Amino acid sequence: MQDSFASSDLSRRRFLGLAAAAGFTVLGLGLTGCASSSTSGGTASDSGADAAKQVTGSVTAVGSTALQPLVEAAAEQFMNENPGVTVTVQGGGSGQGLTQIAQGAVQIGDSDVFAESKLSAADVSKITDNKVCVVGMGPVVNKQVSISNISLADLKKIFTGQVTNWKQVGGSDQDITVINRASGSGTRATFEAAVLGSDKVPDSFKPQEQDSSGTVAKMIAETPGSISYLAFSYFDDSMKALSVDNVAPKDEAVEDNSWTIWAYEHMYTATSPDAATSAFIDYIMSDAVQGSLVQQTGYLSISGMKVSRDASGKVTKL
Amino acid sequence: MIPKRSIERVGKLATGACAAVATVLVITLIFMVAQHGLATFTVDGISPSGFFFGTTWNPHQTDDAGSPLMGALPMIAGSFAVTLLSCLFVLPFAIGSAVFVVEIAPGFGRKVLQPVVELLVGIPSVVFGLIGLTVIVPWVRGWAGGTGYGVFSASLVLAVMVLPTVTSLAIDAIASVPDSYREGSYGLGCVRWQTIWNVVLRSAAPGLMTAVILGMTRAFGEALAVQMVIGNAAAMPMSLFTPATTLTSVLTMGMGNEAMGTVYNDALWSLALVLLLMSLAFILIVHLIARKGARSNG
Amino acid sequence: MADTVAAHIKKARTQDRIATGILIATAGVICALLAAIIIYILVSGASKVFDPAFLTGKPQQFQAGGGIGPELFNSFYLLLLTLIISTPLSLGAAVFLVEYAPDNVATRTVKTAIEVLSSLPSIVVGLFGFLFFVLTLGWGFSIISGALALTMFNIPILVRVIQQALEAVPSDQRDAGLALGLTRWETTVHILIPAAIPAVVTGIILSAGRVFGEAAALIYTAGQSAPVLDFSNFNLASMSCPWNIWRPAETLAVHIWKINSEGVVPDLTAVSNGTAAVLLLCVLAFNLLARFLGRRLSKKLAAE
Repeated sequence: MQDSFASSDLSRRRFLGLAAAAGFTVLGLGLTGCASSSTSGGTASDSGADAAKQVTGSVTAVGSTALQPLVEAAAEQFMNENPGVTVTVQGGGSGQGLTQIAQGAVQIGDSDVFAESKLSAADVSKITDNKVCVVGMGPVVNKQVSISNISLADLKKIFTGQVTNWKQVGGSDQDITVINRASGSGTRATFEAAVLGSDKVPDSFKPQEQDSSGTVAKMIAETPGSISYLAFSYFDDSMKALSVDNVAPKDEAVEDNSWTIWAYEHMYTATSPDAATSAFIDYIMSDAVQGSLVQQTGYLSISGMKVSRDASGKVTKL
Repeated sequence: MIPKRSIERVGKLATGACAAVATVLVITLIFMVAQHGLATFTVDGISPSGFFFGTTWNPHQTDDAGSPLMGALPMIAGSFAVTLLSCLFVLPFAIGSAVFVVEIAPGFGRKVLQPVVELLVGIPSVVFGLIGLTVIVPWVRGWAGGTGYGVFSASLVLAVMVLPTVTSLAIDAIASVPDSYREGSYGLGCVRWQTIWNVVLRSAAPGLMTAVILGMTRAFGEALAVQMVIGNAAAMPMSLFTPATTLTSVLTMGMGNEAMGTVYNDALWSLALVLLLMSLAFILIVHLIARKGARSNG
Repeated sequence: MADTVAAHIKKARTQDRIATGILIATAGVICALLAAIIIYILVSGASKVFDPAFLTGKPQQFQAGGGIGPELFNSFYLLLLTLIISTPLSLGAAVFLVEYAPDNVATRTVKTAIEVLSSLPSIVVGLFGFLFFVLTLGWGFSIISGALALTMFNIPILVRVIQQALEAVPSDQRDAGLALGLTRWETTVHILIPAAIPAVVTGIILSAGRVFGEAAALIYTAGQSAPVLDFSNFNLASMSCPWNIWRPAETLAVHIWKINSEGVVPDLTAVSNGTAAVLLLCVLAFNLLARFLGRRLSKKLAAE
């Protein structure tokens, strides 16, 4: 009796083991075969590496999802040139990025806003700001809206709910559908600082909100009479970008602050970062990135700015 | 040769440990969410009545007294509205399909409906949200006017998402009605529909209610799909066709933006705590139904 | 008297016919709707599904032509890890509840805890995973954090299914085991668990669907970035080693969410539709494979 149990036991276990091993092998081999040709760059083969760059280490960057494409692309190029360094880029939002760099859990915290607006003064003193690029943003409307320019005052009235129909600002008779960004979003903070100033939004005005830029772009394209605000990199044929006070939303206008709705993208590090982190930040500030990747991802280079702005919003000419 | 008694003891310990791990995880979860969620009231000093009954959610703006505008009532009302409406949409279809699969065409049900339903469980909520955004919202805008975003669109999307869960549970509930009941009914001369309506559905009622409540639990906790079609206006859901908001959509949109330890972050955790408490409440309701059902069935 | 009886019977038959018609229509509508959704997803993504560059290439951050190679691997690897962790755990818990649990407060707590797990919103589990696994335990966004968060979803599904199967084993079997001198444990391992294997397979299929489609919980635990994977790298501590469980791992579902919310990639609609179609096909393939293996297993066991 025991024997038959034992033998059936073994054969069942053997079957399961074989099945698992077979499955695993097929998975591994199949994917190896397919993928080995496609993984380019990032291979940590030190043998042929240039003796000049001897930086080693591991850098983790966490935070803004808006900055993520740029940092990921820069990280890939950086790791190609410095095989001894591993750079991992993650999302999580500006709030998370700032929290984690202040706690020292990661090496770089990406943020769409100044740390002063989200962290306590004590935490801000623990980190150093590196402004890596500039993002310009502007109001966009659905293509059917007839106006193409709006005054800052009218824009403020729309976003405080005082104006609710396009005919009140020179357009056709259509209800305005305001699509705001989420509370706490850096984009919204920048826009409200530039457009509303210190005015408060009245309690009775409760517009729609959407946090993801991609979804906002889709909603603007499909919802008649809608208005929202997006970074310049999202402008395309499916929507209409408004000029404000007859200033067109262009990079040159941001550089001399004739277009006031813009913000820095920050990469915060510890006050004395390690070698790998410094090397990566230097790389991002160098022409290799500032002249190419920054423009390709739709941002403006820091070096082109003719003004600078501090955490409290004060603008100084450079 | 290891004595059988110690193998027995090890076995008991090992399985007990497994059960303990599951329990510990749940207790840790409840504890940590509560710890952060209650910090809003205990550490940051927000008043609970203002939080749960206030109707304005604009945390980065302060009211005249200087405290942030954190009123969660629009989200709570929105979550309930969307959940109830979606289950209202689902109920006839789920029970109808379940009755069809069990009573009328079991072969078709097992070969076609059940695999299709299982396949749907694997579709990510984002995809449902995208379909809602590109198909349902323009359609609703076409005949209801307005923007198309709102409780109605969100309920439609949720109804489709919750359908597999409620249908499978309903099938289980109806299938578990003993055949002796059906045979007794037929023996009395009833036709099939009379049997279904008067005997099967009535005795499966507690199971069906459980199915609906569990569907509501899934609908209450759905985040990504709802966020795309409900419009996320922090206003009370006064109409089915104006943008509203739910607890989950505010949570998804806000969590990444706020730094840990700030009052804004704690407020989001309080919303998560409300979600947790509501799912516990749903389980309680299921237990009560089960106990009542057991009592009435003898 | 006969007239009213006949009229009553006629009314009942008409009711039956109308009701059956409505039921068939309902089931038909549901089938048509579900089929429409599935066909829509497959058709809109068809152009990308058969493109090997798409299936094995790495994602582009802001240019067209990105692929989903790492994400595809991550989805399967995460599924494997989750099943490895949750299946024994659920098996043990189910056996405990059915065979050993005394009828006291502790057992009721365990049962309630498992029910609570089954009702948790996925975003609450994700946030808890973020707080506990990612921050408190310091694992960061990693595969293991994601796998543990997904285990919390799987446990109730598997426990319920296994429990039903174990309870369905007739008590004659247990008595026979005891009569032969087997301990409770030996009876469980040699008689009951084999009887429960088909149920385990069903549970695995159900939970695999959930794992593939889950995005909200994974965004906060496994992260939304996919390091480039080098399959020749077996250094488990390196970020480019595919088998390293401490690296962030974006899965197919999270990838769909990420490219739609960032919205910078020019061909994002094509990539998003393609990813959704691939995901659906993976779930289908996994279902079929698991059912096939399950049938083979139960045939082998039933032959005993």
